[in-house]
Amino acid sequence: MTTLSSTAVPTIPRLEHVGRVTQARVALSEWTKLRSLRSTRWSLLVAVVLTIGLPLLFATVLSSRWGQIGPLERADHYRHRLDISLAGVNVSQLAIAVLGVLLITGEYSTGMIRATLTAAPRRLPVLWGKAMVYMLTVFALMLPSVLIAFAGSQAILRSHHILQLSFTHPGVVRAVVGSAVYLVLVGIFALGIGAIVRSTAGGIATFAAIFFVIPPLLNILPSSWNNAISPYLPDAAGRDMFSLNLPLPGDVHAASNDLSPGWGFALFVGYCALALAIAAVLLVRRDA
Amino acid sequence: MIEARGLTKDYGSTRAVDDLTFEVRPGIVTGFLGPNGAGKSTTMRLMVGLDAPTAGDVTVNGKRYRDFRAPLHEVGAVLEARSVHGGRSAYNHLLSLAQTHGIPKRRVGELIDLVGLHAVANKRAGQFSLGMGQRLGIAAALLGDPSTLLLDEPVNGLDPEGIQWIRNLLKSLAAEGRTIFVSSHLMSEMALTADHLIVIGRGRLIADASVEDVVRKASGDVVRVRTPDATRLRELVTGPSVSVTSPEPEVLEVSGLTSDQLGDLAFEHRIVLYELTPLQASLEEAFMELTRGEVEFEAVAQPPAEVAA
Repeated sequence: MTTLSSTAVPTIPRLEHVGRVTQARVALSEWTKLRSLRSTRWSLLVAVVLTIGLPLLFATVLSSRWGQIGPLERADHYRHRLDISLAGVNVSQLAIAVLGVLLITGEYSTGMIRATLTAAPRRLPVLWGKAMVYMLTVFALMLPSVLIAFAGSQAILRSHHILQLSFTHPGVVRAVVGSAVYLVLVGIFALGIGAIVRSTAGGIATFAAIFFVIPPLLNILPSSWNNAISPYLPDAAGRDMFSLNLPLPGDVHAASNDLSPGWGFALFVGYCALALAIAAVLLVRRDA
Repeated sequence: MIEARGLTKDYGSTRAVDDLTFEVRPGIVTGFLGPNGAGKSTTMRLMVGLDAPTAGDVTVNGKRYRDFRAPLHEVGAVLEARSVHGGRSAYNHLLSLAQTHGIPKRRVGELIDLVGLHAVANKRAGQFSLGMGQRLGIAAALLGDPSTLLLDEPVNGLDPEGIQWIRNLLKSLAAEGRTIFVSSHLMSEMALTADHLIVIGRGRLIADASVEDVVRKASGDVVRVRTPDATRLRELVTGPSVSVTSPEPEVLEVSGLTSDQLGDLAFEHRIVLYELTPLQASLEEAFMELTRGEVEFEAVAQPPAEVAA
């Protein structure tokens, strides 16, 4: 350890100009906080690697196994051939969600929140700042990631002349970009939950319950109930943004329970707004 | 200038701060004293708006903390519990706080040097010793060049050098005309640092006075007299309003008479005095006297356990 200086006290230099706290300044501060933690960099790196790596892996495996696959299974892969390119999104959403929760609960567990809220006592700019910075960061990283994942996995499939899908095929751009937007919204939803729950374990558990536990549980319900509820859950609504069904010639058009991509997006945005709104009210009302 | 008016805070059914009214003036160090659990930390949290009062209010320079547009310029706070993310470097921690007010990066560097953290500025704060953590807290509090400083138990766990450093710092900041409000549960520490004392116990105000007044009030005018004629003097002074004890032979401790009165009396009766001393309670004793019965967790003598046969 370094020896600290002697007990002599130098005079504190005066500060000539002090600015007011503004939303832009708080957002800049939140950006500094985000980029200066190792855990942030690791989570985001994991998300990028999974988003790009899994589709490449799946495309490679599928290409090498194609000869041993029966026609029915081939048809099924054909109908969902975009899912190969976006397979990483399903896994990287967990990293994005955990980081979203940590962004705020990490402040409570370390006590940093006291410094944060004494610097910005109106509090709401902190929540908006975190949300803005995290949205931009996730989008800036995930949009290139899904584009690379699409291009890379398609290159592998094309070289084997299977399951090819052009970027200009109807719905593909919407689904690929939609998957990046989906990850952004997952991050915001998780941030809202973290701000409501204020504990890392509780926040992650709540997110996991809403996204991974409740949806399969609903299968126990009578299917008329299940069909009336399931499509409107956050996870299902969000998924509609990047799912793309590509029917084979001759497929009978089956009635789908899913929402349209636009409605799914709108509903998921609504859930995020609700989570943030509850978080905002609690942030202002509760003692820190 | 800090003003608390009827400041009250309940946590559930527990009243942590109970109707506190006091002022903290600029230019001096004001000690905020009380046993552990007396409500000092809560009062400070109320001052910086982390908690909202149940009743009453507290203002700094006439404004509630939440109404400040540039709060770091008005109040710097070093709260007892650490307020730093351990995964972030000291530099980035301070930078993130400075950026909320548009305070330049240069200022962050200046303060890191000033508190002596230059060599560890890029180390993660989680690896800091208690003393380094305290210095980081002080750097954060001074970022905005505030006119008021709140420090909650700043010397807790520090080595003598660190304690000396903080003492000197507080005195020099007060000398610049700033308002310095520093809490402690250690009277001896306050005796060396503070000019004025606000003493609380169980959330209530017990004393609001200068250090000398607190001591004088607790001293109770006891005069110590040493004389070979102790028995005769004792008979002479005994009266309804005077009490005398004799801690050792030839020594009397008299309360109810001043040292002047005792001296005159001895002179009239030709009693030789070897010593005549007005006794002052130490600040520590004064504190114990003031907070008697106000300690939240007083040690209770346990009945001896029955010995199993």
